[in-house]
Amino acid sequence: MTGEHDAATAETGAEDRAADRVPENGPAEHDAAETAPAPRDLAQLWVCGFLAVLGVLVIVDAARLGGFSASNDPIGPKPVPIILGILLFAVAACYAVSVLRGGHGEDGGAHAGERFDATTVGLLCAVFTANALLIDWLGWVISGSLLFWGSAIVLGSRRYLLTLAAAAVLGLATFYGFAIGLGLALPAGVLQGIL
Amino acid sequence: MDNMNALLDGFAAILTPGNLLIALIGVTIGTAVGMLPGLGTAMAIALLLPITYGMEPTQAFIMFGGIFYGGMYGGSTTAILLNTPGQSSSVVTVLEGYKMARNGRGGQALATAAIGSFVAGTIATVALVFVTPITVDFAIGLGAPEYFAIMVLALVATASVLGTSRVRGFASLLLGLVIGTIGIDAVTGQQRLTYGVPELANGIDIVVVAVGAFAVGEALWTAARRRNGKDEVVPVGRVWMGRSDWRRSWGPWLRGSALGFPFGAVPAGGAEVPTFLSYVTERRLSKHKQEFGNGAIEGVAGPEAANNASAAGTLVPMLALGLPCNATAAVMLAAFQTYGIQPGPLLFANESALVWTLIAGLFVGNAMLLVLNMPLIPIWVKLLRIPKPYLFAGILFFASMGAYATSGQPFELYILLALGLIGLGMRRFGIPMLPMIVGVILGPMAERQARMSLQLSGGDLSGLVGGPVSWTVYGIIALIALWPLAALVRRRTARDREPEPASAG
Repeated sequence: MTGEHDAATAETGAEDRAADRVPENGPAEHDAAETAPAPRDLAQLWVCGFLAVLGVLVIVDAARLGGFSASNDPIGPKPVPIILGILLFAVAACYAVSVLRGGHGEDGGAHAGERFDATTVGLLCAVFTANALLIDWLGWVISGSLLFWGSAIVLGSRRYLLTLAAAAVLGLATFYGFAIGLGLALPAGVLQGIL
Repeated sequence: MDNMNALLDGFAAILTPGNLLIALIGVTIGTAVGMLPGLGTAMAIALLLPITYGMEPTQAFIMFGGIFYGGMYGGSTTAILLNTPGQSSSVVTVLEGYKMARNGRGGQALATAAIGSFVAGTIATVALVFVTPITVDFAIGLGAPEYFAIMVLALVATASVLGTSRVRGFASLLLGLVIGTIGIDAVTGQQRLTYGVPELANGIDIVVVAVGAFAVGEALWTAARRRNGKDEVVPVGRVWMGRSDWRRSWGPWLRGSALGFPFGAVPAGGAEVPTFLSYVTERRLSKHKQEFGNGAIEGVAGPEAANNASAAGTLVPMLALGLPCNATAAVMLAAFQTYGIQPGPLLFANESALVWTLIAGLFVGNAMLLVLNMPLIPIWVKLLRIPKPYLFAGILFFASMGAYATSGQPFELYILLALGLIGLGMRRFGIPMLPMIVGVILGPMAERQARMSLQLSGGDLSGLVGGPVSWTVYGIIALIALWPLAALVRRRTARDREPEPASAG
């Protein structure tokens, strides 16, 4: 199994070359991946860990299931998750081997050295969560507008008022168009009776 | 000839002002969403699926037909003008297309892509009309063991044939299979992997998975790389083709269509292989070999045609077998299921009118795209100039709206975010997304077929292996699984042989 990744790359080598040629005139970040072999991207081991944890979760849950079988269902609900759990462990192990041998994903590990802007991602997730928390109380028009406004600001927009206006228009338009017009299940929230 | 009559009835159903308007909305939205970098056809349908909940099935499918071709059309525009392949099938288009745009021939590249897509779409849809009923005749004789075998083939093939790394393909596939397992087991009614969360009992909607992984994932990915350079839109000139462009394009269009359709129609053939084959073929056949690498029009015309033809080809297994082999087909299948319709051999018998209207919708949508969009390309290009903050704020806005509407509960939004984070991780580590999406929808179907087979055999494992069809399919699976081993052996022997001439010389 150790040669799995290398063999796979040899097999799809033709496509690799096609994919490699793409960034020639592309953004600078691809150049590093083109000229030098990408360094070992050990952050990928997080993926292996994730797969292994998922495997544990799947097997623990499967163990809890009653292993009964009925005449109309000889194997019951248990075998599939157990097989999935075992496969998850196997893939996690092969993945780790591939990473340690310097393997990388589809884009040739082009993102390995890039700066990962965790602050922006975190803020965006916070804005998103805020919408989930507020949507039933404030209603889609307000919480959805806040979602649009917040996301745009987090992603770098500096026109606070214009963005807010656009957000409000979008919120109202989608509510009237989709919820009232097409019967989509969007909550009116505190604006119930006003809209 | 029954099919021809049925198709004509389909056209009759679609050619009403209301339905044409719906088709028009479909192609417009499809093009718009397909153009957005990082999204694609599957995304367009997934985002629009909740909106169609209030429509009649026929109208919804007319719209999906429009979105389907519109999305592909939009994707090629992004590839050519932004140097970003929106989906893996546009990777090859970028090669020559972006070079053409840089050389001031963007208009010609877009035109040959658009007309090529139309030609390929039409040819492939005609092929679909003839091939699907034959496939249905074949499929009607298949039992549960055969279906199980074919589904396993589709799963294994999507995970291992596409992309550059098998282990990452399988990681993605397993993730999808696990997500598909969540919820109440259909046979015994037991809850699996819900960990006591009541909202998970109904499972995770494929729409939420697709929107989360693609749209929210892309938004988070943009946030993560906010300070890493900018995309530059190359200006387009007039969209037209000169006489020599036509002469150089029609051959690649036809050859691309011929390559694309069969690959699409085979479970997990995909669009990557035929687009690449088309590129290589055109380079070999071209009288302008020196232009390849600097913007040869053949290198856009052929792969774009192959891409479209293969996308239409994937509808064959989707409609005839209920087998989705790409993300778009997976989401479409989910759409069928929301209307309580199960694609498969019986679909043509039970829902004949609906299917033929969908197919007629494909023809109409395809023609509309050509007529409406060729002159409108410069306007579409403006969409690519929307500043990223607004673009992705809008995507998050619509993604949240669609996900909330699937069940009317905020819980869907947390699932959406969780899947967005998974999508972010997959982008960062170059893990292909397609096997996951296909796994979510195909996994539970394969399990059901396996349990049905075992039910018929009374629990004897030999029940999983049915007649000659499943033997053949398992043979193909073994071949796919063992192929890397063979390649390894070949490489080893080649390496062993290498030093010999050196020592001799």
